[in-house]
Amino acid sequence: MAAPKKGRSASAQSKPGRSLALILIAIVALTGGMFASGHTTPRLGIDLAGGTSITLRAVPEKGQESAINKTNMDTAVDIMNRRVNGLGVSEAEVQTQGDKNIIVNIPKGTNSKEARQQVGTTAKLYFRPVIATELSGAAATATPSPSASGSASSSPSSSSSEKATDKATSSSSASATATSQGRAVTDALKADSTPSATASAKASSSASASASPSASSSSATSAEAAKLEAQYTALDCTKKSVRATAGKGVKPTDSTVACGQNSAGQWQKYILGPAAVDGTDVKKAQAVFNTTTAAGWTVTMDFTSKGTKKFGTITGQLAQNQSPQNQFAIVLDGDVVSDPSVSEALTGGSAEISGSFTQEEAQSLANMLSYGALPLTFKEDSVTTVTAALGGEQLHAGLIAGAIGLALVVIYLLIFYRGLSVIAIPSLLVSAILTYVIMALLGPAIGFALNLPAVCGAIVAIGITADSFIVFFERIRDEIREGRSLRPAVERAWPRARRTILVSDFVSFLAAAVLFIVTVGKVQGFAFTLGLTTVLDVVVVFLFTKPLMTILARRKFFAQGHKWSGLDPKALGAKPPLRRTRRSAPVDPKEA
Amino acid sequence: MSKLGSLGARLHRGEVGYDFVGKRKIWYGVSILITITAILGLAVRGLNMGIEFQGGAVFTTPKHMSTSVASAESFAEEASGHDAIVQKLGDGSLRIQIAGIDTDKSDAIKDKLAKDLNVNSENLAADLVGPSWGDQIANKAWQGLGIFMVLVVIYLAIAFEWRMAVAALVALIHDITITTGIYALVGFEVTPGTVIGLLTILGYSLYDTVVVFDSLKEQTKDITKQTRWTYSDVANRSINSTLMRSINTTVVALLPVGGLLFIGGGLLGAGMLNDISLSLFVGLAAGAYSSIFIATPLVADLKEREPQMKALKKRVLAKRAQAASEEEQAEARGADLVHDEEPEDDAAPAVVGPRNQPASRNRGRGRPSGKRAR
Repeated sequence: MAAPKKGRSASAQSKPGRSLALILIAIVALTGGMFASGHTTPRLGIDLAGGTSITLRAVPEKGQESAINKTNMDTAVDIMNRRVNGLGVSEAEVQTQGDKNIIVNIPKGTNSKEARQQVGTTAKLYFRPVIATELSGAAATATPSPSASGSASSSPSSSSSEKATDKATSSSSASATATSQGRAVTDALKADSTPSATASAKASSSASASASPSASSSSATSAEAAKLEAQYTALDCTKKSVRATAGKGVKPTDSTVACGQNSAGQWQKYILGPAAVDGTDVKKAQAVFNTTTAAGWTVTMDFTSKGTKKFGTITGQLAQNQSPQNQFAIVLDGDVVSDPSVSEALTGGSAEISGSFTQEEAQSLANMLSYGALPLTFKEDSVTTVTAALGGEQLHAGLIAGAIGLALVVIYLLIFYRGLSVIAIPSLLVSAILTYVIMALLGPAIGFALNLPAVCGAIVAIGITADSFIVFFERIRDEIREGRSLRPAVERAWPRARRTILVSDFVSFLAAAVLFIVTVGKVQGFAFTLGLTTVLDVVVVFLFTKPLMTILARRKFFAQGHKWSGLDPKALGAKPPLRRTRRSAPVDPKEA
Repeated sequence: MSKLGSLGARLHRGEVGYDFVGKRKIWYGVSILITITAILGLAVRGLNMGIEFQGGAVFTTPKHMSTSVASAESFAEEASGHDAIVQKLGDGSLRIQIAGIDTDKSDAIKDKLAKDLNVNSENLAADLVGPSWGDQIANKAWQGLGIFMVLVVIYLAIAFEWRMAVAALVALIHDITITTGIYALVGFEVTPGTVIGLLTILGYSLYDTVVVFDSLKEQTKDITKQTRWTYSDVANRSINSTLMRSINTTVVALLPVGGLLFIGGGLLGAGMLNDISLSLFVGLAAGAYSSIFIATPLVADLKEREPQMKALKKRVLAKRAQAASEEEQAEARGADLVHDEEPEDDAAPAVVGPRNQPASRNRGRGRPSGKRAR
């Protein structure tokens, strides 16, 4: 906290105006920022705005208790985000909470039932061979769709070498061909450079081909193939509603159609063969910045022993095919997330997908690949659906409660501290403004959402904030009772009050921080507001209340202890000589 | 205010004051009694755990329902096959609690219930809780409580001293026990909101205690350099001198919470606002009591066990015995002064004038007596 430092300079001070100016500038800047950002109200939580909030708990597979870790949870959040938002649900948010919970908040007006089903079921990840693919929708006609001839031959693969230099050339050429062909999805797959790898990578970029529509998978009967054919022709991947249903719920042993987005953001449609490798066959996937081959960001995969065998077989088959049938699609929940091509059987148990990935893309792909390998299932712990009407009512009630609380405190301060309320009430207001503005700004910044417990926290905090003034004012009064005039009384009272305020606020902040870190759900929102307001309390007392007190102490009204100033020495019973007399009186005669 | 102001003045000067430390045994007794009652209540009656801790569903209908509570109850039981509790809230909406149903089946139940009640399913607010959710919240809360206690004891031990840390901890446990005890005895429903309130008491109860300790620490800085006051005397004085602030703080803290309780209980009938504010209200009251009647006397008790303080007490008592008669007279005079201060005003300055320096009060008092002790 920066506050204590400020306090020191303030106590040595003769320039209270500077602190006041500082806090005023801060308020103006923050408020300006708020209006500039366009978020003039705090983001409301589900319980105030209406909507559905689902809390999921990660349950590890037996013997895999360590699977609940940050990486896995982040991966799961990533996937769920994709799924929920892929539904056409706008602004659904998915975040981890605590160490093993995931919260999914779905705003009102969306189909919460479907969303629940989506997050409740486990994601399915498959590797399927590509039978045909082309750009979908309006873009398809505009595509030059180059011939397949250029693709396979374009790679200068040096057959069995494992040297880094060769790889460098091969992978760089891969991206080179990619750009020259004007096609964006050019993920190339090659064996990872583990010593066991039998084949070195041969990067080949696949042309987005006008693949022969007659191509049919060997496993599919002609009738099925015809049906797929029809589906494929009709498929328009640029339509969201179409995408939401295409390729969903298909058995892994069946052929299917699917949509995917290439890295240029264009939609591509596919006919895919039966799943060759399961997501669970992937042991590990991670994004790696490949410095040795200058391939940039790549994704490496490790397979389980079962997966290694399957993957070796499928890559062996695919490598013999022409593009695009030498590609396989990584399909997550029916969406093609990547479609690397293969030129050789990869039997080493690990593989690397390269392409012109950005770090983000590589990491996102790695996450999706790992999801299939996550030894976690998710259980619904609580589902709260709040109707918009109920949410609005709760918000309303919270605001009224806050207003009543604030009014009562103001009245109490007026009665008890009279003129000093001129300091106390604006201090409370400054606190309130800062709290509001910061909450509004934290919405877009860190996803803070004001929920009912948070409103409670803010209301409870009125007491904590007001208490700081009380500590200070009581100290000043004590000094006046000792017979000091106001200005020295303020300066003497401040260091003591300051220490008390800091110590007690620290304890309060500690409580809030521990609660925030340890607890889950609604408790967290409460702890956050409490912590925020405690920090703001310190800031306000140091930068606003104290300087204002110093300035006002110079005014006649306060300095001379006007009857209504709340600092009237008579009303406070300041009779300094008397106090000492009483204490010393019994002693003095004896001494005398 | 002038009345309160002058009460503050008299408290400040020590003219009126309650012997909190001297009568601590009574208050310890009271607290032990309350605590035992609370524990008995917990053991015998147990806590009335809300639906969140058992697993189940809470449905809230829109306002102004014409369906009666009884028929809603039968609808709910029919739809779910479980017992249902239905409350009519202040605004005419129904709150239907069904314990023991699975989250998977809840959608079907919700649809059926909506049909029976003749409301659009979209307008039925639902809170579905798995059976382990409440445990999880409670476990986390215990964990937070534990961590917080350890940290705060360490902090207080550094900022003040270990005795104060121990006393603060005792006071804290005391507050929480009392609050949960009241929940058990009255039979209020325990919800996550209650847990939140309870956890907030942590911060607040200590907040109050810390302020008293701060004043105690300040006033006992040079305690061994004088023989006029024992540690308990000073402790008592610091309670009394911060009493005004303690009262004010508690009132100011209770006012907004009272507002919450009024709105939460009165307007909404039930729910988060009500739960949080109820446990806060109880806890805050217990907290204010414990920091005055328990925490500080406990520190005095622990302190008096220190050899240094024992020696001090001996010296003070010896000196007091020596000056017993004068002290008595002084007390009598002092008591008079409270009611009749005017005459003293004229005489006083003449006597005290020379010693009236802005030096610290303690030393001003301490030094002359120290001389005498020699």
